[in-house]
Amino acid sequence: MNREQIVSFVISGLLFGAGLAGFVLDQPFILTLAAKAAIFAIAGVGLNLALGYGGLVSFGHAAFFGIGGYAAGILAWHTRNFEPLATWPIEISGTTSMPVIWLVAVFAAMFFALPMGALSLRTGGVYFIMITLAFAQMLYYFALTWPAYGGEDGLSFYLRNDFPGLTASDPWTFFLLCLAMLIGVMALCALLVRSRFGLALEMARQNPQRLASSGIRPFTVRLAAFIVSAMITALAGALYADLNRFVSPSMLSWSMSGEIMVFVILGGVARLAGPVAGACLFILLEEVLGGRFEFWQVLLGVVLILVVLFARGGLMGLAAGRRSAHG
Amino acid sequence: MSATLFFEQVLNGLQFGMTLFLISAGLTLIFGVMGLINLAHGSLFMAGAFACAAVAKATGSFFAGLAASIAAAAVAGALVERLVIRRLYDRDHLDQVIATFALILIFSEGTRWLFGSFPLYLDVPPVLSGSVPLPGGITYPLYRLAIIGVGLAVAAGLFLLVNRTRLGMRIRAGETDREMIAALGVDIGKLYTIVFALGAGLAGLAGAMIGPIQSVQVGMGEPVLILAFVVIVIGGIGSIGGALAAALLVGLTDTLGRVMLPQAFATFMEPSAANAVGSSIASMLIYILMALVLVVKPTGLFGAKA
Amino acid sequence: MKHMKTSFAVAALAAILGAGAASAEPVKIGMITTLSGGGAGLGTDVRDGFMLAIEQSGKTDIAVVVADDQQKPDIAVQEADKMVQSEKVDILTGIIFSNIAMAVVPAALQQGKFYLSPNAGPSQLAGKGCDKNYFNVAWQNDNLHEAAGAYANSAGYKKTYILAPNYPAGKDALNGFKRFFKGEVAGEVYTKLGQTDYAAEIAQIKASGADSMFFFLPGGMGIAFTKQYAQAGAEIPLIGPGFSFSQDILGAVGDAALGVRNTAQWSPDLDNEANKAFVESFKAKYGRVPSLYASQGFDTANLILSALAKSGVSDQDAFRAALVAAEFKSTRGDFKFGPNHHPIQDIYVREVVKDGDVITNKIIGVALEDHADAYAAECKM
Repeated sequence: MNREQIVSFVISGLLFGAGLAGFVLDQPFILTLAAKAAIFAIAGVGLNLALGYGGLVSFGHAAFFGIGGYAAGILAWHTRNFEPLATWPIEISGTTSMPVIWLVAVFAAMFFALPMGALSLRTGGVYFIMITLAFAQMLYYFALTWPAYGGEDGLSFYLRNDFPGLTASDPWTFFLLCLAMLIGVMALCALLVRSRFGLALEMARQNPQRLASSGIRPFTVRLAAFIVSAMITALAGALYADLNRFVSPSMLSWSMSGEIMVFVILGGVARLAGPVAGACLFILLEEVLGGRFEFWQVLLGVVLILVVLFARGGLMGLAAGRRSAHG
Repeated sequence: MSATLFFEQVLNGLQFGMTLFLISAGLTLIFGVMGLINLAHGSLFMAGAFACAAVAKATGSFFAGLAASIAAAAVAGALVERLVIRRLYDRDHLDQVIATFALILIFSEGTRWLFGSFPLYLDVPPVLSGSVPLPGGITYPLYRLAIIGVGLAVAAGLFLLVNRTRLGMRIRAGETDREMIAALGVDIGKLYTIVFALGAGLAGLAGAMIGPIQSVQVGMGEPVLILAFVVIVIGGIGSIGGALAAALLVGLTDTLGRVMLPQAFATFMEPSAANAVGSSIASMLIYILMALVLVVKPTGLFGAKA
Repeated sequence: MKHMKTSFAVAALAAILGAGAASAEPVKIGMITTLSGGGAGLGTDVRDGFMLAIEQSGKTDIAVVVADDQQKPDIAVQEADKMVQSEKVDILTGIIFSNIAMAVVPAALQQGKFYLSPNAGPSQLAGKGCDKNYFNVAWQNDNLHEAAGAYANSAGYKKTYILAPNYPAGKDALNGFKRFFKGEVAGEVYTKLGQTDYAAEIAQIKASGADSMFFFLPGGMGIAFTKQYAQAGAEIPLIGPGFSFSQDILGAVGDAALGVRNTAQWSPDLDNEANKAFVESFKAKYGRVPSLYASQGFDTANLILSALAKSGVSDQDAFRAALVAAEFKSTRGDFKFGPNHHPIQDIYVREVVKDGDVITNKIIGVALEDHADAYAAECKM
């Protein structure tokens, strides 16, 4: 195992350890934080696929985070209120089963990511950043002003959804569930990156003309990466909705997009466990600094700047050295 | 809607556009010339407004506050450039995004630390307050006309600076080929500090001009930031004329959209639904506009070909 | 996530016995409020008012844990979880904004905690979602708007133009106004949340032929609107709920707000003992005139203290009964709850005036007397 893999395992292990500590010490709040870290890490892994490996700097991933969240929220809300989603042409009722909700979230994200990606990928560089932001903002204002699902008030569904065979409302179980999904998503990402698709994506980032000349259109590869990345982030959104038992348009805001980017970049772009490291560090800083000092965000800003200036390649870069070349 | 009212709304749209241009002018310079994504632009805007409010309160003169705001923002900009930004020119956009995002946090909470949580008082100076009659029978606030005037002056000034002065020549050269101009003996470090400070000073000017008719409070810079980026991207990065055109376009679209969409929907929907749908779409309108522009012209209206 | 522990000498419990209070058991109160960002002024006021009352009581066995929700519902939910699970608070309070309240309060109530709202009064919690452990010490959201509608009638306005931002509280505001206003609505406009330039709306208002204008624009939006309205030379009189003209905002708006009539359940010049003492002590301690948010925080704390004087929190039924009885000296004079635990109170009309150097509100009349809220009938407690 090379150094990067060891560090990745260690970081995931630390996250597990944090949750374990919460369980053993009977401090459910620590489990909530650890689950939050795992969920943000999943969102980061999704973004990392597009941003890190693909070089597509999307400032609109909050759109998918929110789509996943609202999918979970809307389905759960309809069930808890005993109202069907639609009565024509067939009656569709809500559900509180997590696997079903995740499938819906992921497919909803795919449904939006296809046109959004197809249109955005016509641009490049900073324009790409801005057009992805534009789409996310449209969705944000839509959610804000559409009265059916609470608008700015958001949607509360009080009880966590169910996972067959487990009591998901128990903090320890839910944390393990989130961690399992994180590991699953990381495995998926690792497979993708090592596959032909991953190589093509990397090439599309480094030298698109070369890729085109070998018969693969960069556009198709990037679009596929964008869509998969959106689906992963939507999964994170659905889990986040379940963590808080609440969804609101703030999940779609541009500052949420910015935060997800911060996790990815802090941890190390295009590193498998980068988002995990970044999310854990950010949440740790928020918690530790937040308790001590009323204007803690000033300190957070300073720490972020120091990391950016002096830790090239983010935390993973510090811990595991430069990115290992593909075999 | 009567013709007079329509004309007034068009004027409002243009005025809002000028406000947007004033806000984005500084960012166009920094972004266009230096290729730097400066998320802290909104914070410099806020710093200018706060400086103006503080100095205006202390001295009783708005114009003293105005001068102070430009100076304070420029100094803050120069400091930030030397301490942080300077090390990021070689790095990719992502690092710039994080570093300037971190600056937003520092500026926002730092301002709250210094000035407290409550909004500050900043009013229009007496010499510029009140309304004036305009042809067509409308009375228009004098201060808004002043904003239009300042916006036009800034546009003209920037254009002259970039195209007719030596500094401007160096800036344009640096934008095209940094190493070459350094090799030709120009102190590129000092040049960039000056440009950044200039951009920051313009942001501060915008803050001071707009503060009197808005709320001077922590967080006032964030909505401004997004709007500024939208304007610059629609106009095309690096083009001052493009930014002006885009600002006017966005201002008109937003204003007329807000006013006319609910009425348009009311022709075939009942009033409260028309209101809801109309306002909803009106709030998304500038983003729809940006997406449309970028789909048709991927580098903005006047941007360089990719 | 921020939280600052402000523990009042729990360690000194051994040395100092409670001042003959019926309950000597330590009480933990969790306050989640907005202390950063644009809405920080309101949270700061509520917290300051609340802590002033706690301090004045001299009781040492009350611990107040304060956390900042950063005006984000997800952060608020997590802080609430922390308070309930880790800090094991008995009573929760503090939330300013209705959307955050809807995220936090139902879950907290489900876990059997008491929640006393010093500000947010969403209609869901006044009507169908009411709960025996939920008490609102301020008002139900629509109240101040309803009073404005009533005032518009008594002031003889026949054609009012109404405006609010396009979000649930804004819609509630205009509905509340229309519920009581008997004249004609000259125009009804929903602006974008966070909008700062109102030139277009003001032009519409001037052209509409209205004889009055009612608006609800909280925070920075209201400041921007009021300043722009004054600059535009629009002669049409303005009315609004007290939120748009509270003390924290008046300082920023300045002369542009003079003469505006606004409705609120409290005013700094309200003439009763408790209020005079409150305003004096608040000014002495914090160096500024209190806003209505501060008075609400102060009243919430005093309500809790009055209930604690009769029963500890652990005897939930007795404590609840003590809360319902509400035997405390409110800054509003007499205080009583309706059947859905929302206040039944007078709503005053205030005018913005200049008192020496300070711009503040003075009561000029009563808009609604002993006013309950419109949702009480839906509450099946």
